Formats: sequence, structure tokens, C-alpha cells
Amino acid sequence: MDTGTLYRIAGPVVVAKGISARMYDVVRVGNEKLMGEVIQIDGEKTIIQVYEDTSGIKPGEPVMNTGKPLSVELGPGLLTSIYDGIQRPLPVLQERMGDYIKRGVDAPGLNHEKKWEFKPLVKKGDPVKGGEFIGEVEETPGVMHKIMVPHNASGKIKEIKPGKYTVLEPVAALEDGTEIAMRQLWPVRKSRPARKKLTPQMPLITGQRVFDSLFPLAKGGVAAIPGPFGAGKTVSQQQLAKWCDADIIVYVGCGERGNEMTEVLKEFPELTDPKSGKPLMNRTVLIANTSNMPVAAREASVYTGVTIAEYFRDMGYNVAIMADSTSRWAEAMREISSRLEEMPGEEGYPAYLSTKLAEFYERGGRIIPFGTDKEGSVTIIGAVSPPGGDFSEPVTQSTLRVTKTFWALDAKLAQRRHFPSINWLTSYSLYMDTLEPWYAQNVSPEWRGLVDQMMKILQEEEKLLEIVQLVGSDALPERQQITLEVARMIREYLLQQNAFHEIDTFCELKKTELIMRTILHYSKLANAALDHGTRIGSVLGIKAKDRIAEAKFQKEYAQLISDIQKEMDKEFDNL
Amino acid sequence: MKEYKTITKIAGPLVFVEKTDPIGYGDLVSLRLPDGQLKNGQVLDTSHDLVVVQVFEGTSGIDKQSKVKFLGDTIKLGVSEDMLGRILNGAGKPIDGGPDMIPEKKLDIIGAAINPYSRDSPSDFIQTGLSTVDAMNTLVRGQKLPIFSGSGLPHNEIALQIARQAKVIGQKEKFVVIFAAMGITNEEAQYFMKDFEETGALAKSVVFLNLADDPAVERLVTPRMALTTAEYLAFEKDMHVLVILTDMTNYCESLREIGAAREEIPGRRGYPGYMYTDLAMIYERAGIIKGKKGSVTQLPILTMIGDDITHPIPDLTGYITEGQIVLSRELHRKGVFPAIDVLPSLSRLMNLGIGGKKTRDDHKQISDQMYAMYAEGRDLRGLVAIVGEEALSEKDRRVLKFAEAFEDKFVRQGKREDRSIADTLDLGWELLNSFPVRELTRISPELKKKYYKGVEQ
Repeated sequence: MDTGTLYRIAGPVVVAKGISARMYDVVRVGNEKLMGEVIQIDGEKTIIQVYEDTSGIKPGEPVMNTGKPLSVELGPGLLTSIYDGIQRPLPVLQERMGDYIKRGVDAPGLNHEKKWEFKPLVKKGDPVKGGEFIGEVEETPGVMHKIMVPHNASGKIKEIKPGKYTVLEPVAALEDGTEIAMRQLWPVRKSRPARKKLTPQMPLITGQRVFDSLFPLAKGGVAAIPGPFGAGKTVSQQQLAKWCDADIIVYVGCGERGNEMTEVLKEFPELTDPKSGKPLMNRTVLIANTSNMPVAAREASVYTGVTIAEYFRDMGYNVAIMADSTSRWAEAMREISSRLEEMPGEEGYPAYLSTKLAEFYERGGRIIPFGTDKEGSVTIIGAVSPPGGDFSEPVTQSTLRVTKTFWALDAKLAQRRHFPSINWLTSYSLYMDTLEPWYAQNVSPEWRGLVDQMMKILQEEEKLLEIVQLVGSDALPERQQITLEVARMIREYLLQQNAFHEIDTFCELKKTELIMRTILHYSKLANAALDHGTRIGSVLGIKAKDRIAEAKFQKEYAQLISDIQKEMDKEFDNL
Repeated sequence: MKEYKTITKIAGPLVFVEKTDPIGYGDLVSLRLPDGQLKNGQVLDTSHDLVVVQVFEGTSGIDKQSKVKFLGDTIKLGVSEDMLGRILNGAGKPIDGGPDMIPEKKLDIIGAAINPYSRDSPSDFIQTGLSTVDAMNTLVRGQKLPIFSGSGLPHNEIALQIARQAKVIGQKEKFVVIFAAMGITNEEAQYFMKDFEETGALAKSVVFLNLADDPAVERLVTPRMALTTAEYLAFEKDMHVLVILTDMTNYCESLREIGAAREEIPGRRGYPGYMYTDLAMIYERAGIIKGKKGSVTQLPILTMIGDDITHPIPDLTGYITEGQIVLSRELHRKGVFPAIDVLPSLSRLMNLGIGGKKTRDDHKQISDQMYAMYAEGRDLRGLVAIVGEEALSEKDRRVLKFAEAFEDKFVRQGKREDRSIADTLDLGWELLNSFPVRELTRISPELKKKYYKGVEQ
């Protein structure tokens, strides 16, 4: 093996001499064999970022080049796992190092001892190509893990047998002698290929009214969710991870709080998937690199996550990956870049920041995999933490250029406990038109019309509020006072949603639609009543309208909403 | 152990040494000046050609003849239970005239990250006796909740009141306070010490003092010393530890000083690009570990430069900590103590620590309702300034009155007033009773039935 010596150590970046490495090769640093990655080559000097703490490492210690890029292990056993940024399972680390993360421990991403029940999908003599399925394993109840031919292999099956195998044992052999095991290695910085790339067409249903109605995201789409601290980024991300209708969830806690990760670790296993009724954890992979874990591993964690997501996509699944937060990832890049003494771009970020962000988000998308005609998709939802909540900073701006759904969090809304605190005036979704046919067919032909009316009223409210600021609300014409009231109803009954309420935490599309309809029903009746000369006071005093809020907290909402509408009709008749 | 006399450059707090044997990164360094004085430092950068040492006591008096000794080990702190009741300097040496302590063990002060899988989720409600904290921004055990203050605001009084009154209802485990002062004035330090002595709190405290005239570089180790002690007492001696770090702004200034001396490329406002990671390595040392009885709760204090919450120090802090308590100059001017502005304040772990079994069933909803009403009231004040109160609707006037009463009765309390959570919530209802029941949209009908005794049943 190619071995050299350490020349200089300054924090997480070290310099080695005497190895001839390629860019992004994984190297082993020092006597303790800490894991590192080559990030620059300068004459005889090789510059390496180290994924673990470098305290006490001395110049002259050995450096070994493995000659391989940073890769993840892919295969059965990924689901329900909890990894650090470089795919070391946290429970294994706990077993080997205790409650604190120390260094120098190597742990494979998959359990190499566990046996899985393998069922072949092809038989002897069948021709197979890279990416095609040769068998499957029921990884967790209800989730079939397809075993694929590695991308560089093809030929006729010589041997394949059902039975119990570990991930390293060959389950099949090709006629040219290639043995296929369930485990595959894939370099994290390289995206996995697909047979065909498609444009997104179906919504990712999130169960969150504000997202599903006003700012929908498509399966295979990319969304950014920026917001200052305290605006509810993490809660929003977790809500999406819990309730969105993807088949597989990859949740990357990148440079975030330890206690929050613990909450995720504790809560997810207790939650059930509203679709399958099985534990949510069964479809989830968690990656936790907290803010005090080594900075280079933070940089890698996002790639580890998206590679795992692509792998499940290739089985024909809809995968959603949440990265919380991409700003921490960008800052990790900045930190490494400044230690390399690279010429900084805007605000000290490296000049290649936007390229890296674009490359990452490009790994999302809807595709047809090699192995099946069933489409797969990777939906990326990236949280952004702009300093001071200022959206003009480089990470937010570079992200905006590549994402199509923008969910802007607003600290002001959070302060008045309007959650999720998505600002309806600055957020947008470019998928509205693409998804319109789907909503028309699957929920209601009038869906888009309802949504457009909601937006119109909210925008009108914004204008009216400016006038109210000057003259007070009583001075407005009666019709506009009704608009203000309807806008309030939209905000409180539609947009606000309680993530901590057992029913309200998830809202079906049908319920969202009925709430929108009932609000508009009131608006129609109220305006009609004004036409008949009814006093504004009594129109605003209709009691049934405030009962719409109750529907949010009821499981059996359909009857209730229809009752509320009837009651409303009756009250208006009495006026 | 070899002594080197190969200093080639001295700049700011840094000393550059040439032609050494291989030296470990982060190793402790001892420097002997020609006059016999000893100084300590740490290796910041090491290579075959050059070693960069950061000197904790400052470089004044060091010349090229000074001798440098590399101790071959990273900075460690000797810890023992005897530290309770002691006053130490910023580098962990006793300064109270008492005897030297015999350490039970020596711990690396950098501290490793707790494996997220080993953490237990914080969920014990800490009653601080301050209504604005308990009802609106609840502190739980294992949380890190900073106080964002401004110069001249009473953050010290508030921190002391919390330290004095904090308790978990119905539990009698040993509760200790670790107080780490970084770059505070002698007068402030005296104020803290006096309070500690008067209330008898010193006996169950460990105090680390790095005063304004102490070396700035020492400030970088002070919080780490304090947290190492905290982890030891919490996870090895089963104690519940509250760590007060004041003032983190001074800490960050020191960080910037070192960065500048190393000629690093500066980030925002001249602070180093790695400040987020550096702060995280301090703040993240709070929490609870599964199977351990103790806990570390952090209450860092920082003064916002120019009262600007978007300044890098409060900004990065807010992204790491689990919420923040923000003090308001406006309330302080009005004579309201504690001048806590609940609107920008937040406790992210609040929902884990409140509710029926822990505090009371109406806690969450009453807090949301008061938030919503107070936020509206504050907006209306702006409106009143333009159009006058007469132009407001009946409801708006009620909201406006509520906002006044909220500040005057709910936020304001005495410096020795220790309100129980039940009293705090009852007080909240007392204020909300001024609204007709239908205007309390954030509270469920059942709870309104149970607690509401207002103008309209």
C-alpha cells in the first residue's frame, strides 16, 4: 500500500508527503489510522481533511492511501439505521467507545454478520445487466429491498439460489465468474446513473395544509426551506419526514443540535406510518452529525445521505431526503476552504459554493431505473439557516437558483405562534401548473381554483393592512372588512397547523379542500348578505365560522364540516 | 524533556518555534522566560519546520531567549468533588487562598461529542420562579438556553435569580452551580461572589474567574474547564449541574484575536470562519446521558453588540442553542424587572417539559394565547401612535390593555419573588379573563370551561 508521512497538522486539515494519491482518495492518517480524504494536491504535498479529531497527532506519523474514494455500503440493513456523517452506525460506536464519540474506531455501515432471507427474481441462464434486479429481501416489514447487479457487471446468470445470506456472501454468480453479493459500494460524491430522467408530475403529499395547498412540492422535486433560528425549520423538516407520502425517508441532521437528534431518535420509532400502519422507522434512515462532531464528516454527511437515497430510488421507490441544514454543510466547506487558504468568494464562502450546491440538488429527480419500469424519485428538501434571517446571503441565493419550491420561514409569524410559520407572500412553488392535473383528477377539479382564491384573498389582505395601519380597520369599506375577516380565517383555520396535536399534525387533502371550501362559502354568503343590506356587525358575528377551527382537531371531519356549513346557512337566513 | 531556544517570531498571543522534534497538535506547552517566570500555551499548528504556540497568559516579557518545553499531552484539568465551594482562576488554579485540591482524575478539557444515540431526551421541567421563563419559555433539564442581553441590562441579576430559585418540583437530587466568568469586570465578579456568599450558594458552586484584566487567551480555556468539571460532577457524581457562562461575547472576541494573530482569512465581521464549530463544541456539552443520573444544563449569557440580534455572536449561538431568552431595553427603561421580551424569546424544548403531568394541562395553550395576544397588542401600539386610541375597535382596545397588564403584572416581578408554576398560570388566566371567551381562539373549549372565569361565560 502507498504510504507516506505527515508533514503538518493544523486542526482538521493535515498535509502529508510521500504518497501519490488521487483527488478524494480515502487515506488513513497517523498511528491511530484516522479516516481522511484527499482534498488538494500541491507538488509533493497532499492535503487531507480528517474526519476525526487530530489532537496529539505528530508530524512524521504514517499516512496510508487506500486508493479508493469515500464510499458507502449499500444493501439490506440500511433502513432503521442511525449513522454518523461517514456511515458509521451510532449504536456500534456507543458499544465500542462509550457515551462519547472518540476516535480511531472503524465500523462498517452494514451489519456483516446478520443473515437475510434472499428470494431470487431471475433464474439460471437469464441475461442481466447492471442495475437490474436479481432478487429481493424483505428488509423491514413491508419494504422489499431489491438486490441489483452492480453497474459494471453484466452477463448470464450461472447460479442463483434462495436462502439465508449475509450481505457479503455471494447470492449469485454470472457466467463470466463474477460473484454478486448483496452489499455494494458506491462513492458518495458520484451520482448513481439512471435509465432515463423524467420531469416530476406527482405531488409529494405532506399532510401539511400550507404545503399541500398553496406551495406544493413534486415527487422528484427540490425544495428549500430557509429561515432564521427559532422560525421552525427543524419542526417543519421533522413533520415532513414523519408524514410525507414517500416510500423511504433519509433524514440528515447536518451540524445540528444533539438534543434535537435525540428527539428524532426517540420519537420516530414510536410513530406509525399513516399509510401502512407500521412504525415510521421501518422506512427511515437517519444520519446524525451534530454541530460538535468533526467538521469534515459534516461535509460528507450530505453526500452519504443522498447516495443512500439514490440507491433506494433505483429500486423504484419514491425517496425523500431532508437535509437540516445545508447552511451548516456550506459552512463546513467554508471552514475547510479557509484552512486551505483558498481565495474566498462572497462572505468567505469558497467560490465553488454554488457549483457544489447545484450538483447536490441535481441529484434529486424522477427517473426510470435500470431494473424496473416502475419510476423512482428522490425529492430533496434542504433547510437553509441564513445568518440573521437575511435571505440575500450566498447560501440562500445559490440554493434559490436551483430549487423550485421555496418555503420561506418567517420569524415574525413564529413570534406570534403562527405555525408552520411559512410566509405566504414570499414563498412560491413552480410546480403548481405541473401538478394541477393530478389534483384535478385525484382530489377535486376545482382544487386549483380554490387555491388561487386563497392566495388572492391573502394578497388583498396585505394591501388592506397597509391602509389599516394608517386609518384603522373601522374606516374600511364593509366589503374590505369582510375580506380581512376571511383572510384571518384562512390564516387561522387553513394555514396554521398544530404539529403537536395528534389529529392536526397530519391533514388529508380532502380535509384541506373542505376547509378551503367552507371558508369561501362564508365569504360568498357574507358578501351576499351585505348586498341585501345586512349590518356588517352581524355578518362578522356569525358563530358557525369560528367552528371551522374545530374541524382541524377532529378525525371524523366530513360530517362536522357539513354541519358547520348548514349552521352557517341557517344563521345567514336568520339575518 | 527537551527545552528549545529556537523561537523565531512572536506576534500577538502567538510564539513560533523552529527545528523541533515532532510535536503533537494541541499539545500543552510550558515557556520559561529569562526572569524565571513560567507561562503556558498550546500548539495550534505543527510541522517539521515550524510549531505555532498560543500563549495563555499573553506574550509580554517573552523574548527569543525564552525556553520552550513541549509537554507531550493535551490540556487536562484535575477534577474532584472538593472543587465545590472553591474559587478558581480562568485556568483552573485556586485563587481563594484555600489549600490545593487533590484531583481524583485528570480530564481532557476539549471534551468529546456525546454520541446522539447515547443521549436521553431532556424532559424535566425546571421551575425558575420567573413567569416569563416558566410559562412562556420553559427551561428543561439538559437544555442550553442562553440569555441575549445588551450592555447595561440586568442579565446578571436574572441569571442569579434563576440560579437561586431553579428547582425541579418534587425531586431532591443534588443540585450544583458552576459559574464561569470570562472577561467580566472585577465589580461584576464581586457582585456575583457577594450574592453567592449571602445566599450560601457558594458551598454548592464551583467558580471560575477570568476577569477583564486577565489574559484574553485564557478565556478560551475557561468555559472548557467549567464544562469539564460539569460533566464530571453530572455523569460521574450524579449531580444536576447548572452552568452559567458569562460573557460569551468576550470569549468570541478572544477567538477573533487569535484568528487575527494567525493571519487567518476572517469570516463575518472579522470573526473566524470556524466560530460556529468552536461555539458548538462549548454549547453542545449540555444534556443528559442514558443510564446516568445527573445532567448538565447551560445558561450562557452574551451581550449583543449594539443590541443587534443578527450580529454573528448571537446569531451563531441561536443556531446552536435550544432557544434564547432576549432582554429588552425598552422594558428595562419602563422599569420592568426582569426585562424579558417574550416575543423574540423561545425555548425549543418547552413542549417536552410541560403539560398535564409535568406542569398543568392548560400550560401550552395559555402560553400560545398570551403570545398571540401580546404580539397583537404590540402591533397595535404602533397603530395607536398614528391614529390614536379612539380609532380602535372594542376588541383592539381590549388587546391593547392586555399588553399593558401583561408587562406590568405578568412580566414584572420582584428580585426575590419566586412564583410557582401554578401561580404563574393562574396569573395568566387572570389577565385573559378580560376577554370574551370566544376571542380566546388558541384555547380548547374544555380548558376554557375548566379555567375561564371571565366577563362572558
